[in-house]
Amino acid sequence: MAALNIEKGTSKHSAYDLRDPHVEAQETHTLAVVVDNEAGVLARVIGLFSGRGYNIESLTVAETDHTGHVSRITVVTTGTPSVIEQIKAQLGRIVPVHEVHDLTADGAAVERELALFKVSGTGNERIEALRLAEIFRANVVDSTLESFVFEITGTPQKVDAFADLMRPLGLVEIARTGVAALSRGAA
Amino acid sequence: MVVQALKDQGVDTVFGYPGGAVLPIYDEIFLQNDIRHYLVRHEQGAVHAAEGYARSTGKPGVVLVTSGPGATNAVTGMTDALMDSIPLVVLTGQVPTFLIGTDGFQEADTVGITRPCTKHNWLVKDPGRLSDTIHQAFQVATTGRPGPVLIDIPKDVQFATGDYTAPEEARVHHYQPRMDGDEAAIEALVSLIETAERPVFYTGGGVINSGPEASRLLRELVDTTGFPITSTLMGLGAYPASGKNWLGMLGMHGLYEANLAMHDCDLMINVGARFDDRITGRVQDFSPGSRKVHIDIDPSSINKVIRVDVPIIGDVGRVLKRALEVWKARGGRTEAEAVRQWWYRINDWRKVDCLAFTESKKTIRPQHALSRLEALTRDHPQRYISTEVGQHQMWAAQYLRFDEPNRWMTSGGLGTMGYGFPASIGVQVAHPDALVINVAGEASWLMNMQEMGTAVQYRLPVKQFILNNERLGMVRQWQELLHGERYSHSWSESLPDFVKLAEAFGAKGIMVSDPADLDDAIREMLAHDGPVIFDCLVEKHENCFPMIPSGKPHNEMLLGENASTEGAIGTSGGMLV
Ligand SMILES: Cc1cc2nc3c(=O)[nH]c(=O)nc-3n(C[C@H](O)[C@H](O)[C@H](O)COP(=O)(O)OP(=O)(O)OC[C@H]3O[C@@H](n4cnc5c(N)ncnc54)[C@H](O)[C@@H]3O)c2cc1C
Ligand SMILES: Cc1ncc(C[n+]2csc(CCOP(=O)(O)OP(=O)(O)O)c2C)c(N)n1
Repeated sequence: MAALNIEKGTSKHSAYDLRDPHVEAQETHTLAVVVDNEAGVLARVIGLFSGRGYNIESLTVAETDHTGHVSRITVVTTGTPSVIEQIKAQLGRIVPVHEVHDLTADGAAVERELALFKVSGTGNERIEALRLAEIFRANVVDSTLESFVFEITGTPQKVDAFADLMRPLGLVEIARTGVAALSRGAA
Repeated sequence: MVVQALKDQGVDTVFGYPGGAVLPIYDEIFLQNDIRHYLVRHEQGAVHAAEGYARSTGKPGVVLVTSGPGATNAVTGMTDALMDSIPLVVLTGQVPTFLIGTDGFQEADTVGITRPCTKHNWLVKDPGRLSDTIHQAFQVATTGRPGPVLIDIPKDVQFATGDYTAPEEARVHHYQPRMDGDEAAIEALVSLIETAERPVFYTGGGVINSGPEASRLLRELVDTTGFPITSTLMGLGAYPASGKNWLGMLGMHGLYEANLAMHDCDLMINVGARFDDRITGRVQDFSPGSRKVHIDIDPSSINKVIRVDVPIIGDVGRVLKRALEVWKARGGRTEAEAVRQWWYRINDWRKVDCLAFTESKKTIRPQHALSRLEALTRDHPQRYISTEVGQHQMWAAQYLRFDEPNRWMTSGGLGTMGYGFPASIGVQVAHPDALVINVAGEASWLMNMQEMGTAVQYRLPVKQFILNNERLGMVRQWQELLHGERYSHSWSESLPDFVKLAEAFGAKGIMVSDPADLDDAIREMLAHDGPVIFDCLVEKHENCFPMIPSGKPHNEMLLGENASTEGAIGTSGGMLV
């Protein structure tokens, strides 16, 4: 047998070490996936992400065309450009998927998220919370003597910023919807 | 209704196993004669048999099993079919709709469990949708990249009467994969063919999936261009092993000349292969100097592992046809002189004769056993081979030669031990007069040995050619080479007496251990008109070479002791061994 060019007694030559170490930069993309509204379709999409080790930053889903039984899933995901390409191709393979749009790659898109914030406090903190809410154009949708529930819409970054400001002012709980997105322009 | 839909889909064969949740369908089967049902001994066997049937005929394989354990036993087979792109339609029974979710007797979330191991699946709750769904299932299983689909049918839906939808009236699914390649991409391929100096065709299972016409077109393109061709494990037979441009299989246990041609080429034309890690080794070092064209029907195969220069999404047959037309219309040119020089280099690599071995007078070497099997069956007009998984599988790929597509059934992607025996049964069912041989290792074979009952019951004369090394040979080889010779649990202990085992099932058993008796024993096996277990006791510590250890580039290959490496190192352009 020709000489072995590998060290014996090690398992570092495993088949699992094949990933390219030239790490590419991570990107965040918003994908709109148009699907048949049939049982299990969301599980298929989520199962694809978990099964293949892709990230989900946020996910929203709702039926958008009741007569055509079509739903729209909006996923925000991060990965290297080649992983993002794979994610789109893999989503496209799912049989009930009609279309996959990469809103980030297709150019400018409008992205919005709705969030509810419960903030409790009294005195100056309460006043400060209300003042900041006005600046962020958050609405008060519920109030007691020691708490508010604010409703805010905006980009995820705006919601994050609002959360950072509310935290020292008695933030109790946040509920976020995840991102809904559409491309800009007529088409 | 189920049986009617299957008939209308042209189904004449079903592999299955009954149980409470599918009894209404079994009743329908009992009352008719058009569809033959083969009763297996384990649901995994049914799925692999259907895979063998499908791969050897090009038609979808059909499986019928009960709910709960019937469905879960079928999971391995479906995963295998998904990895190897085999079209299957699997019907499972389910508890009645009103019991779903109550942990009813033999209830399992079958569509949940099988979602990741099917191309698509359906739970049919409305009897009115049943026939329509079955027709759609056949469409999805067989179009685009083929794969297994599953239809879960609750028992009350099986009993219900509803309107039958004929195939012509069925809803056409919006799933319509692209078949024709992009014209500009095909032009780019043709330009590369015209200018390449060191081209190689790297072909795969997609050629087989595309059908016999794709193999014919591939042969025409290879022969008229004069380019060398190698194939993956899954694509063997698409181009004939006896063809003059054939380099042999490539990859981890592929031939030296095939792997070096891949490493040193300037144009790689991938036809229906998926850059599997058994092929690429370390991706950064994979064929560094080549431009790569990739023809594949599944967009997700493109750029998944290896970035390519010219992707062509479409069916192999359609794309090759168009490429040939365009190339001929432009004059059918190649850089013939450069390609001739390239062949000189390849022929130098061939001289290494990487499959050479010395016969032993004392023990049968597995390479020798397969060479003799090849010699004694080569002229059979209808020889089909299946394999289990392990060293024997690789030796079979190296030493048996395939001149036609659909003659070679093996579990490549999942590497499922226990695949080969039931697959051979499915092949024999589809081709009653053919010679069907399963090349097996003793450990793999034991995994589905209960199917001996099926073979005997239906008088299927499948030959079980077991290369018995009393070892989990492939595992033992890795432990020897990569884990410091610590042979942790890689023995096959307490093996049965295979001759007696055959007899216990009412079949024939043959045992051979002396090389001098080998030919006669093989002839005896071939002459017997019935299933045979052929227990061939072989050298216990043989390693399978060539071997590219995982994560190594193509030009760092381990060779067997008989390969003549002298002279090759200089020409390979890379670091050998
Ligand atoms: C122990 C062991 C060792 C192995 N060693 C090797 C080895 O040394 N060499 C080797 O080659 N393999 C080896 N394998 C097999 C390997 O794991 C892969 O299964 C195999 O290489 C994949 O073959 P393929 O690329 O042809 O793809 P397949 O799995 O056959 O995939 C087919 C591809 O073609 C596409 N396709 C399908 N239909 C069409 C169509 N109509 N038109 C166009 N495209 C289509 C599909 O989308 C897919 O991308 C080994 C397996 C085992 C178990
Ligand atoms: C179901 C399953 N379990 C485990 C493995 C891992 N495995 C790959 S090859 C092999 C040994 C096979 O032994 P045998 O069938 O005797 O064939 P040999 O390699 O000796 O030719 C094992 C355990 C597998 N491929 N499939």
